[in-house]
Amino acid sequence: MLVGALQAGTAVLYAALGEVIVERAGVINLGLEGTMLMGASVGFAVTYQTGNPWLGLIAAALAGALFNLVLAFLVVTRGANQLASGLALGFLGIGLSALIGRPYVGQLIEGLRNVPLPILADIPFVGEVLFQHDVLIYAVIPLAFFLQWVLFSTRWGLSIRTVGEDKTVAYAAGLRTQWLQYQALFVGGLLAGLGGAHLSLAFTGVWGEQMTSGRGFIAVALVIFAAWNPLRAVLGAFLFGGALAFQLQLQARGAPVSPFFLDMIPYLLTLGVLIFLRGNRKFAMPAGLKTVFEGMR
Amino acid sequence: MRRRRRPPPIPQQPKPPGGEKVKVGALHVGAINDAGYNQAHHDGLIAMTEALPNVELIEAENVPESADAERVMENMIQQGAKVIFPQSFGYLDPALNVAEKHPDVVFMHPAGFKLAPNLGTYWGNNFEAMYLAGIAAGKATTSNKLGFVTAFPIPNILASVNAFQLGARSVNPDVTTTLVLNNAWVDPAKEASAVNALADAGIDVVTGIVDSPVTLVKTAEERGIKSVGFHSDALQQFAPTGWLTGVAYTWGPLYTRLVQSALDKSWKSEHLRGGIESDFLTLAPYGPAVDADTQKLIEDAKAKIISGDLNIFAGPILDNTGVEKIAAGQAGGIELLDTTDWLVEGVIGQTQ
Repeated sequence: MLVGALQAGTAVLYAALGEVIVERAGVINLGLEGTMLMGASVGFAVTYQTGNPWLGLIAAALAGALFNLVLAFLVVTRGANQLASGLALGFLGIGLSALIGRPYVGQLIEGLRNVPLPILADIPFVGEVLFQHDVLIYAVIPLAFFLQWVLFSTRWGLSIRTVGEDKTVAYAAGLRTQWLQYQALFVGGLLAGLGGAHLSLAFTGVWGEQMTSGRGFIAVALVIFAAWNPLRAVLGAFLFGGALAFQLQLQARGAPVSPFFLDMIPYLLTLGVLIFLRGNRKFAMPAGLKTVFEGMR
Repeated sequence: MRRRRRPPPIPQQPKPPGGEKVKVGALHVGAINDAGYNQAHHDGLIAMTEALPNVELIEAENVPESADAERVMENMIQQGAKVIFPQSFGYLDPALNVAEKHPDVVFMHPAGFKLAPNLGTYWGNNFEAMYLAGIAAGKATTSNKLGFVTAFPIPNILASVNAFQLGARSVNPDVTTTLVLNNAWVDPAKEASAVNALADAGIDVVTGIVDSPVTLVKTAEERGIKSVGFHSDALQQFAPTGWLTGVAYTWGPLYTRLVQSALDKSWKSEHLRGGIESDFLTLAPYGPAVDADTQKLIEDAKAKIISGDLNIFAGPILDNTGVEKIAAGQAGGIELLDTTDWLVEGVIGQTQ
């Protein structure tokens, strides 16, 4: 079950980590689903054409990043409404990824292999759970720690957070606010692209239209769940992945519970945490994001 | 894209004497290379054009089950299509609307439950083939635990789940089938999680009915367990060692007959249904894990089903809560495709 949680939660976690950076910079990307799908389809296409999943990964990350830059142009440069732009781009991504992936439906690739770590993988139980995965799973938790450090202990992270809190103050302090928001969206797109690629290249090894099935939207919800904090996003993503794997495990073990009820568990958990977090200032959203909802710029 | 979704209308040509190309249109709900539902239909159409060289095929993929489907059909008819295959369940009402406006065009719909003077339906009864696949699974398992992954507990599928378990039990009295419902026809990641969960629970043969069972078969292969496919025999390439067999639709001969009869005006509107005795579907080629004895068991059972000596749902049959569903001396038939809301004894799972 722990293995299932890691496998099912990783794609969502990459996307959520990217979205943390984006939202910390005062932009909300509701089109994350489309960004993930672009990564998944382009990654699969490049892997199929070149036979090299590493090139596929790079392509997936770049596809996600470029796709997010379109959003950056719309909302940062043109000042378009973030909610409308994000949703429209998300649906564009669904269609565009289907178009790109079209010739690759039902094709066979040599995807990312599981790489058992020497020595560590032989530890009973722990080895099986933690050290027999693909590289994207190994990399994701160190990545969360890295992003935590970047956001809260580096000048770049401080700049990003300042832009997200108050663009005017950041501008007055001499920061290039638009350039920073572009950077945040670029990084967020890289990570969401990798998340999509984890689904198509590592976990399933197939491309299917809309194969993210709402995981992009869940990642957006997870960012709120995580209170814009990379390490809490890890917890949230694996809780979600765990709940998803758990309900399938219960069915596989013949538990006498309605599968329809079990299917609600991940979302019930999310709702529960949202209630719990309510009203605690420590978990407040970046102030700049509020303007997105209040319609000011 | 190689295939045009909305080909431009071609101006009507005066009919040349003989050697004329006849156009046949087909609508697909997904991609034709999905190694699943859509590919099975597409392969059948291609086989038909090979058998009838004067037929020109117009295909449209990813057509939504809405008024869009009507526009695609209208467009195909404008191009001169005389036979239309609207190949998804949800195209039934759009096809009926278009059929009313074009009485000279023949429509053939899969598994539909309505008819029109120029619209007939066809489908293959899959539970007999699932019973035969169950024999292969029952013989191949060493843990006596089989798994079945599908999206929703609808009668058509539950009948297949029951037949699979009954087939397996006919050769292996201790066998159980665990049903996992994942609430989505297309969600490869969840399908992979489901197979992993089944493998973790000690299950060593999985099958399933989802739109494209590629992920099921591929994940089973990676976990080192065996698999039984569904829809298309193109799945076999994803599991070279663990593949047992599969239920594969072979629409080619039927489509050839239908188009031929529409062209020579002998076609009539009816509900065509066929089981394992027909050429609508077959068992996919056996994998290396199915030995000669098992193959003989399957062939014998198939012969008995066709001759009527073996009725899969012959009573007494209990459901998995111990309630008698089919009494001794009675037998269930093809109506089970529409009425099954229970799981047979030995299936572990919930239907609601």
